[in-house]
Amino acid sequence: MVNSIAILDFGVGNLKSIENMLRKAGVSGVSIARSPDGVAAAAKLILPGVGHFDNGMKKLRDSGLCDILNEKVLGEKVPVLGICLGAQMLTNGSEEGVETGLGWIKARCERFDIDKMQEPLSIPHMGWADVTSKKKSPLTSDLPDEPRFYFTHSYHVVCEDPADVLLSADYGVEFTAAIARGNIFGTQFHPEKSHKFGMKILANFAAL
Amino acid sequence: MRRTRVIPILLLHNRGLVKSVKFKNYKYVGDPINAVRIFNEKEVDEICILDITATRQKRPPDFEHIAEIVSEAFMPISYGGGVTGLDDAERLFYNGVEKIVLNHATVDRTDLIGDIASRYGAQSVMGSIDYRKNWLGRQSVYTLNGEVAVKLSPLQKAVELRDLGVGEIILNSIDRDGTYSGYDLKTIEEVTRAVGVPVVACGGASSVDDFRKAKQAGASAVAAGSMFVFQRPHNAVLISYPKPEILKKELFTK
Repeated sequence: MVNSIAILDFGVGNLKSIENMLRKAGVSGVSIARSPDGVAAAAKLILPGVGHFDNGMKKLRDSGLCDILNEKVLGEKVPVLGICLGAQMLTNGSEEGVETGLGWIKARCERFDIDKMQEPLSIPHMGWADVTSKKKSPLTSDLPDEPRFYFTHSYHVVCEDPADVLLSADYGVEFTAAIARGNIFGTQFHPEKSHKFGMKILANFAAL
Repeated sequence: MRRTRVIPILLLHNRGLVKSVKFKNYKYVGDPINAVRIFNEKEVDEICILDITATRQKRPPDFEHIAEIVSEAFMPISYGGGVTGLDDAERLFYNGVEKIVLNHATVDRTDLIGDIASRYGAQSVMGSIDYRKNWLGRQSVYTLNGEVAVKLSPLQKAVELRDLGVGEIILNSIDRDGTYSGYDLKTIEEVTRAVGVPVVACGGASSVDDFRKAKQAGASAVAAGSMFVFQRPHNAVLISYPKPEILKKELFTK
């Protein structure tokens, strides 16, 4: 399909919700991809994920999708959006585990450090947060006023190159809420669970 | 600005929504899908759906019905009721539920919290504590809709749940349920000081001022049932949610 979006199913993540939100946004041509062929046929890719970093990476490797993913994202430069753990998996790795990440964005994932917070806040960070835009990107264009998103995480992405940070948010410390480098995008928050704000992000991604 | 989550709790009974007073006198308040649609329009932070008869009837969650409800929800959903194993949790996550709420299962299936947390992360498991004063006047935890005593104080239970690996705790005062008498601030303070994981205050809310007090007492989020489904003084069914400007002014931290 010319403009199809494949949501990757490698056994972790909330695929139905992403599918539902894309449908609500009026996006067609959405499929769930479990095989290399499904990935190969797509014009855009969504990498969902919840849970432990190592579990996510192991499952992705076991799915046999890594080679075709590298080819699509790094070779063909197909737009890819990682969500939550999916965004963390775009990096080199995480403090949470020992597995190597996809390494598409030079970054690591670190746990919220209560000692570095201005006030001690509970971990995991669970809830809505306002975001600050760090650069222009088609992914975040024309967001509704006072954009807020739903987060649920204990780890967050720390980019080596600050220019890769798209949105930041505050949870006792400023942290990276979204990343963008070329065709590669990631959101620490769940756009599929963030009302009109998340719907706009997914619609923007579909329109890339 | 730091936002505090404000969470409507919806009680499912035979595919309809009900609301109780002190876990008794259940009153029918409408169709869950319709309610979720209205809450969507109001852009609520999160919804907690509890099937109050599943565990007592020893049956699994009504997966199809939950999937139908969740397909209308564009905010996070937590679900509790009848979850006894990892495959139940798996199916719920697949259908679009973010968090599993465990209550009775934390008594007879203590390994389930760890099983879900290690696979899906601690943030996907909420422990629910229902408590009320027992005949000795002490706060005591009960399961199965407040019927079976657990012989622990809410604080002891909260520490146990934290140690078992829940990412969040819902602290629900049965004595205040549906009474509009305000949250049990003393227990909220005691528990939040001890556990470190987010605590959701529940039971007794009547106003945004109650939310503010619960937050000051240490709650990370506030939940309510009656306040969002009834209109006082006559408790006519009316779904409502505080306006964003009011929450911003009276609840969120600058």
